[in-house]
Amino acid sequence: MATVVTGDRIHAPGVAPRRSRPGRRLALRNTLIGWTFILPNFVGFALLTLVPVVTLFYMSFTSWNVFGTAPWVGLDNYTRLLSDKSFHTALLNTLYYAVVHIPVTLVASLALALWLNRKMRGVAFFRTVAFFPYITSIVAIAVVWNMLFSPKYGPINQFLGLLGVENGPGWTTSATWSMPAVLIVGTWREMGYYMLLFLAGLQTVPAELHEAARVDGAGPWQRFWNVTIPCLRPTTFFVTVMLTIGSFKVFDLILVMTNGGPGQSTLVLSQYIFQKGFGEFQFGYASAISVVLFLICILVTIFQFLWNKRREA
Amino acid sequence: MGVRIAGKTVGVVFLVVAAAAMLLPFFWMVVSSLKHNNDVFTIPVQWLPDPVVWHNYVEIWQRSDMTTWLRNTLLLAVVVTVLQVFTGSFAAYGFARMRFPGRDVLFLAYIGTMAVPWQSYMIPQFVLMSKIHLNDTLWAIVALQAFGAFGVFLMKQYFESVPESLNEAARIDGLSEYGIWRRIMMPLSVPAIASLTLLTFVNTWNDYLGPLIYLRSAQNWTIQLGLKTFISQYDAEYALIMTGSVLSVLPIAVIFMLGQRYFVEGIASTGVKG
Repeated sequence: MATVVTGDRIHAPGVAPRRSRPGRRLALRNTLIGWTFILPNFVGFALLTLVPVVTLFYMSFTSWNVFGTAPWVGLDNYTRLLSDKSFHTALLNTLYYAVVHIPVTLVASLALALWLNRKMRGVAFFRTVAFFPYITSIVAIAVVWNMLFSPKYGPINQFLGLLGVENGPGWTTSATWSMPAVLIVGTWREMGYYMLLFLAGLQTVPAELHEAARVDGAGPWQRFWNVTIPCLRPTTFFVTVMLTIGSFKVFDLILVMTNGGPGQSTLVLSQYIFQKGFGEFQFGYASAISVVLFLICILVTIFQFLWNKRREA
Repeated sequence: MGVRIAGKTVGVVFLVVAAAAMLLPFFWMVVSSLKHNNDVFTIPVQWLPDPVVWHNYVEIWQRSDMTTWLRNTLLLAVVVTVLQVFTGSFAAYGFARMRFPGRDVLFLAYIGTMAVPWQSYMIPQFVLMSKIHLNDTLWAIVALQAFGAFGVFLMKQYFESVPESLNEAARIDGLSEYGIWRRIMMPLSVPAIASLTLLTFVNTWNDYLGPLIYLRSAQNWTIQLGLKTFISQYDAEYALIMTGSVLSVLPIAVIFMLGQRYFVEGIASTGVKG
């Protein structure tokens, strides 16, 4: 923890320094220096992130559409949301994506991490391979997968054919299969990243605990449930939070792969914001949708945070 | 012993198969980029290009503005990365080592915005950017990417692992706080700086939505935006589209191979320590 030098005395944090006059001057000096460090970043951050976040709420109560003034309409945008079919579809699709993507990626990345958390030839190489999709361009990835998914001549349906599936799914051309297709690509792309987080977490599991459990006669499964999982709790928490936020804001991948279609089968919230805002220039209405997305993310994060606290206690 | 060796071999084989499965889309991308257009989709799948069509790589330079796209993207990635590393580590020092009223609340605001998806405030941000006349300039992307909370967060995590006693010693030796940041913290944080550099560079290089919203004129397009419009324009020229995809991924693959140790370290350190 930080300690502060005031004059020639060193104060531990939390212990209030005696407020002599030179002490006060030093505190002021510290404040000024502290701010000079933060300022270059803070100016950009405040202007481009904090201000927009605050303005968002105001804009959601107006019916602004780019030109002219922004007339205040109170809750109109929000009541309109209640009966907007497309909004409901987008909300449900976002939930669909999140509800499948979060647990599947969580389990897959944990399994990968457990499997690769040992000394074996080639392990480092495979970790690298698994992480690679995460840092490559979404546009390129989406295009390649779209071709792999191609219904008639695509390699995936040819492979399914070998397994005896006569007419493979239409994938991105079918309303039923478009979301699973997007989910497959999303999970394939991200699991390497979360695997790395889990690998870092596994380093913190004390080997002695495993040893002790083994001596007490615990089998691999018991050790996994009673030693590994509890020790990984902070990592699991962090991964779940990141995965949740990531799932609710999913967009680029869908935009390039399916553009929300076919029909509205893969329309998600952030894309609906984009459509209403930059397609139809209904900034006020799009802001109301944004507020909903904003609140979902914040509330879910707070809920996860409290849940984690309670389990820790 | 024999069983053990057999077990190990099975393990390695399994790894190789899994690695191949993970990389298959990339393999298919590269292979298809070297085929004639008619050979991309065949039954059964043709796993090696025959004949090898290198000409796709010449053709794409002739038919698209590849040079402009790559130049813009490189410029953006470098400027954003420099700003992100510089202002981010500078602010991180303030948060990690200076004590002043309001510091913790401020830091909470930084962390808090990391939990908010960018898509939820992209509209007011767009309005603001048009007010300050940054739309359709490369500066818009710089403004968008350079001051994120992520760099501050990552650097602060790392700075806090440096022993406080080093700061104390330096202060007693008469070094100013700026001197400590430059001469002690920065040199000690090379792994964190490297991973922040790599991650920021890669993120900026791959960003699609930011350029899509802000960069209208073709001379400002980045590689992702260029690639996407190229795809829509040459809808059925699969081989050529794959060529473009390879070109957009290639620089990242090279950077990744050079710095993969730092990637892994950086991600591990953004994790759960704090």
